[in-house]
Order: sequence, then structure tokens, then C-alpha cells
Amino acid sequence: MLFFSYFKELVGKEVTVELKNDLAITGTLHSVDQYLNIKLENTRVVDEAKYPHMLSVKNCFIRGSVVRYVQLPPDGVDVEILHDATRREARGT
Amino acid sequence: MASDTGLELLIEQTTSVITNDGRNIVGVLKGFDQATNLILDESHERVYSTKAGVEQLVLGLYIIRGDNISVVGELDEELDSNLNLSSLRAHPLKPVGH
Repeated sequence: MLFFSYFKELVGKEVTVELKNDLAITGTLHSVDQYLNIKLENTRVVDEAKYPHMLSVKNCFIRGSVVRYVQLPPDGVDVEILHDATRREARGT
Repeated sequence: MASDTGLELLIEQTTSVITNDGRNIVGVLKGFDQATNLILDESHERVYSTKAGVEQLVLGLYIIRGDNISVVGELDEELDSNLNLSSLRAHPLKPVGH
């Protein structure tokens, strides 16, 4: 639940999602769900010359199971709040 | 809604699906479920190669199991019609490695 809540806070921010097939997609975070599936808007593939497969796609749904990394803007993270939430989660609260 | 990434908005739209084995299938999304199983109508596979242009293989009505889905993208028909697929050269997408 922690990461689901965390991603909800990031809706509207620009992120880059790196997938397990090495494809990396940049876009605005539109929504996230309990499986950490991600919907991005205004998408562009990071290396468009190498991966022209998604040239005509501007909005996409990415299955949570295939995400390797989600690259975030550094100022998109409130580390204190994350620390507190993690401690609470670890305690089982 | 931030807490709902249903694919409802893509129903009846032409979508580009990337599967775990690196295939790209384009079709009209007719249905889906919570497991991301998909029903694609009028679908065709786009095969990319570095030696030849994009090959399009007609598939018809397909069900793709959710386990196998990486990306479901909304295909912008206008952008797609501007693409010259016969002159597009690319390496095929890699299969998903866990």
C-alpha cells in the first residue's frame, strides 16, 4: 500500500519508466493502481532511434509486473514523509 | 482518477500492445479484465527488422493473456498514417528478462 500511496502523490509529475525489456518511456504520470500498473500521458521513448516501435503512441498503460525502474524528479520526493511511512509499515501499523 | 488505471478509455480504440516476448500487436481493444487479459479485434502483428521494412501479419480476433502483456498504448491514427513503415528499420524488441 505504501508505494501505491506514494505514486498517487506523484500524479502529474514527469517520470521515466524503465521496463524489463530495456525499453524506457518518459511521460507524465496519469494514474496508478493497486498492482502499480502505470498510465503515462504525452509519452516518448527515451531512445527513439533504437525503439521506433512506439512512435505513434502518446498515451500508454504499463503493466506493473514489467517495470524495472521508475525514475523520479529529485524534488518529487519528500524523504521525511517517506521515512516515516516506511517506519510505520515496518512496525506493522 | 489517480487510483484507477482501468483500460476503459482505450475500449474501441486502436491500440498497440507490446508482449513479453517482444512482439508488437496492433488492434482494436474490445475488452479487458483485472488481470489485463485483452480482447483485440482486427489485429495484426508488426514485425520489425534491420534488413527489411516493417512486415504486417494479419491475425484477426485475438485474446492475449494478461501474464504476457508489457505495454498497451493508444495508437494515434494520425501519427501512425504519417509513418512510412516500409522504410522503417529497427531491431526487434527484446523479450522481458526478469
